[in-house]
Amino acid sequence: MPFFEAIKLALSQIRVQKLKSFFTLLGVMIGVMFLIAVVSIVEGMSRYMTEEFAGRILGVNQFTLRRSPNMQFGDVSEETWRAWARRPRIYPPEAKQVRDALPSGTHAAIENINFLTAESVFARPRQVMSVGTEPEYFDIKKYRLTSGRAFSEQEVLRGSPVVVIGVDVAEHFFPNLDPLGRELRIVGQPFQVIGVLEKQGSLFGFSLDRFAIAPYTSPIGNHINPRGDIDGLVVQAMDEVVLGDAMEETRGVMRSIRRLQPSDPDNFELETSAGALSFFAQLKGKLVVFGTALPAIGLIVGALVIMNIMLVAVAERTREIGIRKALGARRRDIMRQFLVEAATLSLFGAAIGIVLGAAMAKLIAATTPLPAAVALWSVIAALAVGAGVGIVAGIYPANRAARMDPILALRQE
Amino acid sequence: MSDTYSGDTTLGITGEHAISSTAERRAVVTSPGATPSREWVIVTRGLKREYDMGGEVVRALRGVDVAIRRNEYVAIMGPSGSGKSTLMNLIGCLDTPTAGEYWLNGVLVSKMEDDELARVRNKEIGFVFQTFNLLPRATALHNVELPLVYAGIPADERKKRAKEALEAVQLDNRMHHKPNELSGGQRQRVAIARALVNRPSILLADEPTGNLDSATSTEIMKVFESLARSGQTVIMVTHEADIAAHARRVVVLRDGLIASDDRREAFKAQVGLA
Repeated sequence: MPFFEAIKLALSQIRVQKLKSFFTLLGVMIGVMFLIAVVSIVEGMSRYMTEEFAGRILGVNQFTLRRSPNMQFGDVSEETWRAWARRPRIYPPEAKQVRDALPSGTHAAIENINFLTAESVFARPRQVMSVGTEPEYFDIKKYRLTSGRAFSEQEVLRGSPVVVIGVDVAEHFFPNLDPLGRELRIVGQPFQVIGVLEKQGSLFGFSLDRFAIAPYTSPIGNHINPRGDIDGLVVQAMDEVVLGDAMEETRGVMRSIRRLQPSDPDNFELETSAGALSFFAQLKGKLVVFGTALPAIGLIVGALVIMNIMLVAVAERTREIGIRKALGARRRDIMRQFLVEAATLSLFGAAIGIVLGAAMAKLIAATTPLPAAVALWSVIAALAVGAGVGIVAGIYPANRAARMDPILALRQE
Repeated sequence: MSDTYSGDTTLGITGEHAISSTAERRAVVTSPGATPSREWVIVTRGLKREYDMGGEVVRALRGVDVAIRRNEYVAIMGPSGSGKSTLMNLIGCLDTPTAGEYWLNGVLVSKMEDDELARVRNKEIGFVFQTFNLLPRATALHNVELPLVYAGIPADERKKRAKEALEAVQLDNRMHHKPNELSGGQRQRVAIARALVNRPSILLADEPTGNLDSATSTEIMKVFESLARSGQTVIMVTHEADIAAHARRVVVLRDGLIASDDRREAFKAQVGLA
């Protein structure tokens, strides 16, 4: 029997038994729906990680010279922790030497970060992410100001109490007011607001606009790093080649300052976004595995239901099988008829599941901070899985039908 | 078939039918292993069929020699348990014998595998059953198309041939009806159209009038008569003597062996039919 005939027959079977077909397909439908939804969310997060998180927070073609890694991914042993804690701190003069050695086409800025309490006469005190840094930081982060100005090199040298604030900070501490020239107290120290940054948006539901930027030499420096050391030196290169050169220069300068022997390991860290991305790639793999384990259970249940329904169909249609055999259907004709029926049934369920899964992903993206993107490969995979489930579930019943004795089959009422 | 069979118009004409003589038949069945000539549609030699019923061997056929020539109209008769259904299943290639030879159209089919037998059933045999055995959810046209589907005939030609077959049994106005919208006689005529659509060597009918009233039975027997007259080989299995008497030749089975095999006139005299 030609393939097309078998599909037509399968569709007519679904048509005559709509309700039964629907319940049969529930398992496959739910399985595929969650498969699509989970993959969409993981894909969305992954895209978000590479485009937004890595780009904006960690920066492209950027590295940070640190005492120890700021972000620890995976398991870090007790010993490693202690080794990190034994490393010498990094002080501004070292940062200056590194900066002087950097190739052209790079920007560098000291970056000290801590959450400090800020207050104004207009609002209640609040924790604000406070960054102590240098003017080039604005270039590195591509921060644009909506009003006012950034601070200057002179202000850094003088340790002037001036601050550039994010939109959230401006709105909270200066409601319906122009914050420029007004006073914002950070840990009790008065700072003059000289600029407001463009809105940055949010990441995984956290606002990126709740922060204040001041010279690292200003009074907040004492609160962020009372010892006078720095958290890190952020270096941005114009491209990958310059990035590599800059990292090599930095390593060389640091090792000579620290008088490290060739056999000694670095006692500082050059942190890039590559680490974060590779960690996320690992995490993504795990998410996909665990995220698909659940739908897989749905699919297995779906396969068992389809198998059961097909066994019932074979039993119900024993006489039909007998008639077909008497008229010249070979084993493979009967086999194909039932396999195609099972696969068509299952594909039908998968198609509905894809639509529902995509809708679910959109709903999640719209109502939660989790991003979602329906990946084409997941749709193709879902269709393949749908057909596969049907065929696997159909093999046993179809084989049973194909091996029926035509005489016994014809005798059945 | 439509070119040779044109319905009721040919009925009622009497004429001599092809019928093989006892001597010819004896000659062809008593040469084991020899390929019969093409004029013999069916030749069985020492056909045996045994069933294992929970340790006990039931010998349904105990050595049957039958030879049927092209264009013959033969009835196989016998009481229940005589082995006539077993013989029909073997002749129809639905079953294989325990021992003996079965030659269909000069081809030894008794040793064939499942799928080869399916091929033979599709090409050589047209079945007509007591219970019609039409697919209940398919239209008359689709039912008639089925053998052509399995023969791998393209859809257009299939439709055309199925229509012609239905026209030949005067059902051209019932093509798109499902079996439950047809009368018993109409259903059996659909079954006959289906049996003949692939131009088989033999039309094999199993109690074709068993589920029909006497008027409809007569109508169906007329169709058979007309088919036989037009040159179709017809084999009919029945337990009713008056139905068997429509055939030119009657083979009577008893206890798995042939009890008699003669012209219908002799059979009629034997069973006391007028």
